Amino acid sequence: MEKPKLILENGRRLDGRLPNELRPLSIKAGVLKNADGSAYLEWGNNKVLAAVYGPKEVFPKHLADPEKAIVKCRYSMAPFSSLEEHGRAGPNRRAIEISKVTKEVFENVILLGQFPSTEIDIFIEILQSDGGTRSAGITAASVALANSGIPMRDMPYAVAAGKIGNELVLDVNKIEDNYSDADMPVAMSPNLGNVLLLQMDGNLTKDEFSRLIEMVKKAGEKITAIQRQAIFDFYNIKEKGKEANEEAK
Amino acid sequence: MQIKAVSREYLEELFNKGERVDGRGFMDYRGIGITPGVIPHAEGSADVTIGNTRVLVGVKMDIGEPMPDKPNEGTLTTSAELLPLANADYEEGPPSPEAIEFARVVDRGIRAAEVIDTEALFIEKDKVWNVYVDIYVLNYDGNLFDAGTLSSVTALLTSRVPKLEGGEIIREGSLPRLKTKGIVTSCTFAKIGNSIVLDPNGNEESFMNARLTVANDKEYIRAMQKGLSGSFTEKEIERLIDASFEKSNLLRSSIESAIKKYKSD
Repeated sequence: MEKPKLILENGRRLDGRLPNELRPLSIKAGVLKNADGSAYLEWGNNKVLAAVYGPKEVFPKHLADPEKAIVKCRYSMAPFSSLEEHGRAGPNRRAIEISKVTKEVFENVILLGQFPSTEIDIFIEILQSDGGTRSAGITAASVALANSGIPMRDMPYAVAAGKIGNELVLDVNKIEDNYSDADMPVAMSPNLGNVLLLQMDGNLTKDEFSRLIEMVKKAGEKITAIQRQAIFDFYNIKEKGKEANEEAK
Repeated sequence: MQIKAVSREYLEELFNKGERVDGRGFMDYRGIGITPGVIPHAEGSADVTIGNTRVLVGVKMDIGEPMPDKPNEGTLTTSAELLPLANADYEEGPPSPEAIEFARVVDRGIRAAEVIDTEALFIEKDKVWNVYVDIYVLNYDGNLFDAGTLSSVTALLTSRVPKLEGGEIIREGSLPRLKTKGIVTSCTFAKIGNSIVLDPNGNEESFMNARLTVANDKEYIRAMQKGLSGSFTEKEIERLIDASFEKSNLLRSSIESAIKKYKSD
């Protein structure tokens, strides 16, 4: 298959973005009634729902850890999410791996020791996908966790960095991912500055890695601000609602 | 020699003195053994040991369909089995998330470094060779990722492609070698407390809070995977990338000399 030209003469990408430019990102917290915390995220054409349940009773019971909570995570793509064919139901090998590394991101930041012998469930449903869904899922789940009130040391964000030809880029979309020279999803804890998720394939020099991490951290400031705003908006609305109720009385 | 389980306190006490339980330096591998061609029925195979860790890889090839997005190329499928005979903690059943992650990280390194020339596996329209790399863990003592990559790459580099004669697959006799383009190796590091060591053994892995695998060839990083709930700083990762490039010379020459010896036997 012919490789499309991903970076145009004017230095812009197929969707008009500059190399280090993110797709439009919006997040809304508290979108599901039943969940203890939830978030809906749109990032470019990606549409993601994340929900948190817990801390709750461990199932099956023998998995319980008397010293801390255990975290379970399910990342799943809806069968209708992609522009291509109908996806198969149930978790595939890719989804199982993503669920594992996502779970590990949140085990790092949740204060698990405060909830011994319980479990915390994180559900990430990719409703529409256009590249970078694991990063979108982590960024959304982070807001859902904050929305649930479960204490965390930091609020992680994630974004996929990559390389197209010799150009280093951020927030790789699906068509770019298909033909890119390197793909590197990264999750970080913004305040602590730790790398919580790092995956990469393709080809990169060490210098390119270092430059990509700098780009990720720069973008992280924007992503973190949008995550915080989502939480702020949620409680702000609630506060206003309370005031209105008081006045009504 | 079987190393008895030791406590985290003892490990960390040793690390603080710059020592490891088995006497190695922080950036040393255990002894590496590579034996290609141990399963003659397979198209390619390799038995690899790193210390007491032992991994067998068999490569098989069958005729099948190409991937829809790459109609002119053969395919690669990598799977890993953590066999119950390899460790008291391994159980029967469908592959665990750990086994799936292991297979996928090895797969990404091989794919990204273009170890196999997949275009050479094209037969005719809608008909290509499907290459199956099956990683069998025979004995677990840490660092499966590097052992898995070493044995998969060695098995592929010594594989032969079956012949097609009148629609029948011939797997014996004089067969052409699988066309390969590169060699990839990986280095896996474990963070235990604040210390980082290369090639963790099973004992060290039971106490590690974060793991980083860097797969590279001579020129490029080809794949990376951070695992577990701990974290790395970017400075630490940069240092480990350097270490991986340095150590990969040893790994590559281990593969090359094993293959040279195998071919001359």
